[in-house]
Amino acid sequence: MRVTVRLFARLRELAGAESMTVEVPAPATAATVWRALCVTAPALVPFERAVSCAINTNFSRMSHAVADGDDVAFLPPVSGG
Amino acid sequence: MLAVTRAPLSVDALAAEVEASVREHGEGCGAVASFLGVVRATHQGRAVRYLEYEAFDALALKVFAQIQAEAVDRWPSAALGIAHRVGRLAIGDASIVIIAATAHRAEAFQVCRYAIERVKQIAPVWKHEFFEDGEAWVEGAIVNPDDDAARARAMEIACA
Repeated sequence: MRVTVRLFARLRELAGAESMTVEVPAPATAATVWRALCVTAPALVPFERAVSCAINTNFSRMSHAVADGDDVAFLPPVSGG
Repeated sequence: MLAVTRAPLSVDALAAEVEASVREHGEGCGAVASFLGVVRATHQGRAVRYLEYEAFDALALKVFAQIQAEAVDRWPSAALGIAHRVGRLAIGDASIVIIAATAHRAEAFQVCRYAIERVKQIAPVWKHEFFEDGEAWVEGAIVNPDDDAARARAMEIACA
């Protein structure tokens, strides 16, 4: 299946793209997508324990299932305000 | 009352909107507290030239709505407005405006403080600092919106 990955801030810079299509075998979770992403963008690996995710604009756990066509955003630690 | 915008923020406009939203509710509005976050000229001893803020706009608006709901749950007379600016900001520019309107003054300060603490914990917004001699993304809280301990900590700070 294919999902659209969105990256922000430092993750976006390290991967060199703000969005991309990632192909993963079904069934998959957000963690599966993250690992596939890290294969193509190894610079992201150090964020493994600090990343949060949102599936279709809803905060989700990394263990949450993703479906074909989902929009999966990975978020580095935040610093708003 | 909730916004992510590239435009300069207006305290007066947001305050008027938030106050009007509770003027006719319950006891009405007797207090409006505002908080502005502004771009500081230094960070850990380094001179800051300017900042850039980036947000996941759609999710940030949902998070602001969640913070609003949490505030009203704890302070039923409250109305809360949150506007975050994104893009390039100069020293002294406001990056965030928070307005809390309540029936009485004590709650207005508490709601304001609660809201900024929650923004810092869970809003998908990122600060990129540009110094005289380099640049750095600021990485603060790892977002976990279900973290009840974080929410309790924000409440404790607000009510201290």
